[in-house]
Formats: sequence, C-alpha cells, structure tokens
Amino acid sequence: MIVGLFGVALVVAGLVWAVTGLHSFGAEHSRYGYYTAHRAVPQRQTTNSVVAVAFDYRAFDTLGEEFILFISVVGVVILLRGLRGEREERPEEELVPEQRRSSESERWLGVALIAPVTILAAYIVTHGQLTPGGGFQGGVILMGAIAFVFLGGEWLILLRLRRGARWAEIADAAGAAGFAMVGFGGLIGLGAFFANFIPSGTAGSLLSGGMIPLANLAVGVEVAGATLTVLSELLDQRLLSGR
Amino acid sequence: MSVYPYLVAAWLLGIGLYGVISSRNYLHLIMCLTVVQASTYVLLLSVGYLNGAKAPIFADIKLGSRVTDPVVQALTLTDVVVEATVVALLLALVIQAHKRYRSLDPDEMVRMRD
Repeated sequence: MIVGLFGVALVVAGLVWAVTGLHSFGAEHSRYGYYTAHRAVPQRQTTNSVVAVAFDYRAFDTLGEEFILFISVVGVVILLRGLRGEREERPEEELVPEQRRSSESERWLGVALIAPVTILAAYIVTHGQLTPGGGFQGGVILMGAIAFVFLGGEWLILLRLRRGARWAEIADAAGAAGFAMVGFGGLIGLGAFFANFIPSGTAGSLLSGGMIPLANLAVGVEVAGATLTVLSELLDQRLLSGR
Repeated sequence: MSVYPYLVAAWLLGIGLYGVISSRNYLHLIMCLTVVQASTYVLLLSVGYLNGAKAPIFADIKLGSRVTDPVVQALTLTDVVVEATVVALLLALVIQAHKRYRSLDPDEMVRMRD
C-alpha cells in the first residue's frame, strides 16, 4: 500500500514537473517544425508538409515503423495459425450453416460500396503529397473496401477469400520491400539512403514530390495487405470458434 | 500560461494506467492501453499547436502563413500505426490465452496454472 502510494506520488510529481516545463499551449513555434513546414514546397514541391516529413525528411523513421507493422502482422499470423492447423480436418462446408449468410440488404449495400470506397482509397493514396492523406490512411480505406466484399459476399465466398489471404500477405511483404527499395533508389541515385532521387515536378500536380508518391503507393499496398491479413486471421478464429 | 491540453493528456494517461492496473479482464486491459496511447496523441498534437494557425498543408494557403508543427503530426501518425499493430498482436495473444485457459481473468489463469 505504502509502496503503491509512493509510486502514484512519483508519477504525479513527474507529470507536474513535465507539464510545467512545456511551453504555454499554442504560444510558441518549434523552429524545426516551422522550417520543415515552409521548406517542403520550395524544396520538394510537396504541399502537404506532414507527408513530406513522414515520407521524405524522416523517411528512415517511417521505414522502422513499416517494419514494426510487418513484424507484428507476422506475429499475429504465427500466433493464430499454429492453433488452426489442429482443427483443419473439419470439412469447410460444415462451417457454413444457413444462418451465417448475410442478409439481402447487407449484401447489396456491400456490393454497392465496393467501387466508390476503392476509388476513395486510390484518391487518398495518390494525393498524399497534395492534400491530407497518404499511404497509411489510403491503405486502411482500401482494406475497408475489401471488407465490404466480406460483408456483401456469402460466407462461402468468404471462405474462398480466406484462401486468397495469401495475396494479402504477399501485398504486405511487397509493400514493405517496395518502401525499402525506394530508400535504396536514393542510395544508388544520390549516394544517401532515402535521398529524394526523382525530380520533384511542380507543386500541386499529381506527380510532384519526387519519390513521395512512390513511397505512398508502397506503404498503401503494405498497410492494406497487413490489415487484411490481420482481419482474415481474426475472422478465421471467429469461424473456428463459432460452431 | 495555458496548460489545459497538457492536463487532458496527463488525465488520459492517469485513468488509462489506473485501468491497466485494476483490470481483471485482458480485453479490458487492452482497451485501457489504447487510452494511455491516446494521451500521447493529445500531448504531441498540443505541443505542435499554435494559436490561430492553420494545418501545414499549402494546397490552399499561402507559403509563410502561420501553420502548426508538421513534425509532431507526422509523429502522431507513426504513433497511431504502432498502436494499431500492438493492439492486433495483443488481441492475438488474448485469443490464444482464452483458448488455453477458457478465461480472460489474469488471476484465474494463475490459479489454473498451479
């Protein structure tokens, strides 16, 4: 009890010390932030300076983040697949009783939303260097579009899709590798890892920002693959346990 | 001196940690962990905020305008992604633990192991 209270007091004291040490809210500029925000357009022709930070100036950090995502997806797959092997002998038709089909309206809604959501995802990924968005956000939306196939489809189609989950894994790996390749492109072209080796174009056009659209595309593919892999693994568990 | 957003971050950290410590269910514990991580988003974004500033996206504002800090916003993006992956991994662990012990209560699991 005494130790617990001492711990709480220590945390509170640390927080008070940390908060009082910060600058007043909304009053100050970080010089680095100001510089980065205003250099992104003249230097990289990128109007979205957040994406310029994530995929150009600090692309090396994003590579680490990419690999965290990749490794944790591998972890999820390893953790959940070990157990599935034990029960795989069940014939798959048995897993699809009549009540598992989605309703008519659910199916139509799913089918109707697939195309617009896919286009939205493509828009968000390809316009990352111009307006808010980018590979991470677009990748998650793309996963959402494929999730509508899950929702709209019969559960039998879904089971077939599950076998297609290998494609999601390949997309995950290819996206992670693709992002690293962009870095190596800089190494080969300009002698520094993640140096922007592609001409920047003009600010405001779709192909501006040099390597940034390419990096966004790789990340988009990876994120969609990763989230889809996790989703299908978790769904698999649901199908196995919900008998 | 305005510190209220920082206090919100500290409060989120506090209740999140309290939830993690007092939790008797692993799913609940993961949700509490996401609250703790939400405090880091609030902290990062409020550190980068500037009074009267716009988003640091120059598609429709002039270069040289007052904008918020893009670096901490990119950091927050990283933070969100890492949180999502951590939660996915933890959920997989919870599924495995539940399969083995038929329970999500940490105390129950310790009892069953003995």
